[in-house]
Amino acid sequence: MTSLARRRFRDRIMLGAMILAVVVAIVPLGFILAEVVAKGIGQLSASFFTQPEPFVATATGGGFAAGIRGTIKMVALGTIVAVPIGVMAAIYLSEYNPRGPMATVVRFFADVMTGIPSIFVGIFVFTAVVLATHMFSSWAGGLALGILMLPVVVRTSEEALRLVPGALREASLALGVRRWRTIASVILPTALPGITTGALLAIARAAGETAPLLLTAFGNQLIAGWGSWNGPEASLTLEIFTNSRSPFPAQQARAWTGALVLILGVLILSLTARGIVERRARRSR
Amino acid sequence: MAVISAGRLVSRRPADTVFRFSAAACASIVLILLAGMLIRTTWAAWPAFSHSGISIITSNDWNPNINKFGGLSFIYGTLLTSVIALLIAVPISVLIALFLTEAAPPGIGTPLGYVVDLLAAVPSVVYGLWGLYVLVPFLTNDVWTPLSNSLSFIPLFSQFASGRDFATAGVILALMIIPIISAVCREVFRTVPADERESALALGATRWEMIRLAVLPRSRQGVVAAVMLGFGRAVGETIAVAYLIGGLPNKITPHLFQQGSTVAANIALQFNEAASIPLFKAALIALGVVLFVITLLINIGARLIIRRGSKTQ
Repeated sequence: MTSLARRRFRDRIMLGAMILAVVVAIVPLGFILAEVVAKGIGQLSASFFTQPEPFVATATGGGFAAGIRGTIKMVALGTIVAVPIGVMAAIYLSEYNPRGPMATVVRFFADVMTGIPSIFVGIFVFTAVVLATHMFSSWAGGLALGILMLPVVVRTSEEALRLVPGALREASLALGVRRWRTIASVILPTALPGITTGALLAIARAAGETAPLLLTAFGNQLIAGWGSWNGPEASLTLEIFTNSRSPFPAQQARAWTGALVLILGVLILSLTARGIVERRARRSR
Repeated sequence: MAVISAGRLVSRRPADTVFRFSAAACASIVLILLAGMLIRTTWAAWPAFSHSGISIITSNDWNPNINKFGGLSFIYGTLLTSVIALLIAVPISVLIALFLTEAAPPGIGTPLGYVVDLLAAVPSVVYGLWGLYVLVPFLTNDVWTPLSNSLSFIPLFSQFASGRDFATAGVILALMIIPIISAVCREVFRTVPADERESALALGATRWEMIRLAVLPRSRQGVVAAVMLGFGRAVGETIAVAYLIGGLPNKITPHLFQQGSTVAANIALQFNEAASIPLFKAALIALGVVLFVITLLINIGARLIIRRGSKTQ
């Protein structure tokens, strides 16, 4: 019996280690959220969203309007680039010869592409766009984000398309509906919640990127107009990066508020994506 | 208007052909992009490669003012911080994955899984900001200083500097790669057939013995792939490390509490300086190519292992 007692003891110890590991991972997340809220909420006001940074580094007030607008503009461009291409690529992977060599290779490298460092994508767009046009620009920043979003959109959309029951496809084809009409008006609408989830996750990831924008959009203290794309552009993340590395408390405080806005935005996007999945799972149950 | 020819449905509608062709074109963009990225950046980095040759990765002399571009110290810093991150993150991630798949009741496991995944949703600039203002003072005062005082006879822990160092960067990287490693491990553990678990339990195994006998042996390859994916993330992480490593080139030292730099962090930190100097700029792009090739190989390796694993099942 002593050996059984020892085995049970070891079992308890390992269970304790597992729980400890979960705690070790979750506690820092709690600390990060608490710290960002505590240090950021003080300066959070409507003007944070409408005012640019003050020109005087030590001045309090002002906001990250330039970066917030830049992030919205460039993430929107990234979405416009990545979602149509990504969904079409996913249609190819799931609807046309999914086990063929082309689909296998593309699927494999889309997975590999999700692991490519974002700064490298920044370097690529710098060489391909910034050097070619001789300027940092919102175009370049948005394009870099689009490239980063593409593999995420491809893989999540493919998963969503594969969940569409085969009977639905066959029913539509049996009625004499052409292939592309079947995909466009039967399969895509059925897979839409899953595709939306993937797009939201990709958008959340893109909104949090800093490194690739450093090399492409460059950053800007001034608010660029909604229609102005041919010059350096700020992003929320770039403003957080530059302000937080400043020695002046006013700039550091703005960086924390920027982090609060960014984290709220990213969390809302992630939770919305999660919610869509949950709701669909409940409905199909 | 469809006709059956040789057993296949062939469409005569041009719309179908156009649709299929554009889907294939979009799919091939992934491949074109990867190849294009490698070619375009290598071309842009060519002046540096032809100026410095192989010494760009073998020489430890990075001095842009006199056109010396030896990036060995960055590669060293990248590997050192990533290894520290793995040493911390791998045991924690595997235990988390085991808890979520084998031990936690579903009502707790599922929401806890979401919370662990949220670690991946925190942007790296926020990790850097928090790391600089909260983690650095905490680690410096409460962990590194006592460690360095009591264990200074070990070179790893001697020579305390500033708190912005290899060790701190490794800790933040560990936090950032826990979600990916534990997520892949969870997937892997879930593929272990239930009857193998049940046979172990039926023979009287405790839960831990069941994990050791049934779950872990079947998952070895998958865990290796998860570790490689985490390694790839750590190697490529830029902004959080740029905050916390100190950004000091030419430091190849075993002392963990000293400033250094990594490939990715150095590109971000020196980019502004280099923008107007063509050779310096090309050298940073060359570092990017090196980084890309390393992470590409790591990710291809990991994905090949995962693919082989899913085929045998």
